Amino acid sequence: MTRFCFAVLFLLCLLPLAAIAQVQEEEKSSGDPVIEARLAKLSHELRCLQCQNQTLADSPAGLAADMRREIREQMKAGKSDQEIVAFLTDRYGQFILYKPRVTPVTYLLWFGPFVLLLAGLAVLFRYIKSRRDTIAEKPLTNEERRRAEELLRS
Amino acid sequence: MLRYLIPLAVFTVLVVFLAIGLTRNPQEVPSALIGKPAPEFRLPQLKDPSQTFSASEMRGKVWMMNVWASWCFECSKEHPDLFKYAQSGVVELIGLNYKDRREDALGWLGDLGDPYKLSAVDLDGRVGMDYGVYGAPETYIIDKSGTVRLKHVGRVTPDIWNDKILPLVQELNRQ
Repeated sequence: MTRFCFAVLFLLCLLPLAAIAQVQEEEKSSGDPVIEARLAKLSHELRCLQCQNQTLADSPAGLAADMRREIREQMKAGKSDQEIVAFLTDRYGQFILYKPRVTPVTYLLWFGPFVLLLAGLAVLFRYIKSRRDTIAEKPLTNEERRRAEELLRS
Repeated sequence: MLRYLIPLAVFTVLVVFLAIGLTRNPQEVPSALIGKPAPEFRLPQLKDPSQTFSASEMRGKVWMMNVWASWCFECSKEHPDLFKYAQSGVVELIGLNYKDRREDALGWLGDLGDPYKLSAVDLDGRVGMDYGVYGAPETYIIDKSGTVRLKHVGRVTPDIWNDKILPLVQELNRQ
């Protein structure tokens, strides 16, 4: 029974692959493994605007297929990855980049988490320090020292 | 007292930011084209493919390019309103038939009527890509110098027309 369940689960996991395969069948490959490898890498860094939480590589949307076609053609024409990304950002804006560039507009995005981390550390240190000040260290009295030694000996 | 007020303040700020986030439309991507020259193109016209239309023909006029397709559901909801916008006479309405089949597009206009002065056929979506189209319907306002002044993604509702587009077009006509 368990084995059967695993088999079904395994087959279910393969289902999305079938969908991807179908979608890609409609698309013409460039036939050049170098270009396809470059496309695969680049399209993982670009957002599909029709279904915004997918990369261009994963998206089955028509627009994503058009963009991949455009990228293939430009690669064939000898354009560099930077030139292609510039072509797309000129048209669709920075939003298409999954890894936004570091510009004044994105400073908060890039450095905000570190600022928060530093702020958190500052609060933590202040808290520890204030605790250390309130719980002052008291030296042991003679009586306490004697009892402690007694306990250690027994 | 402060001990409780600080977390409350932090929480309030967070709630305000999240509330603002909820009211924004994540589908709306700021256009990279605003203030830039409208990309030039020359495409066959839908009704008479032997004729072409090019963006540069509209120099000296304020025009509105509406990206539509017969497969686009929102476009059919927007369509009746487009007649009103075209009839207002303040702007010339040009259609960009985006990634559609010719017979479907002609049938669609036959059923619903044709508010466009003409429609240019962008069969493979290349011109759409130059304009940063990512979902029909989309509407662009282009001024007399051929500069893109506004892009609206989604249906141009009467509210959007009255509040955003009409004032802009009237302003551009005066220039």
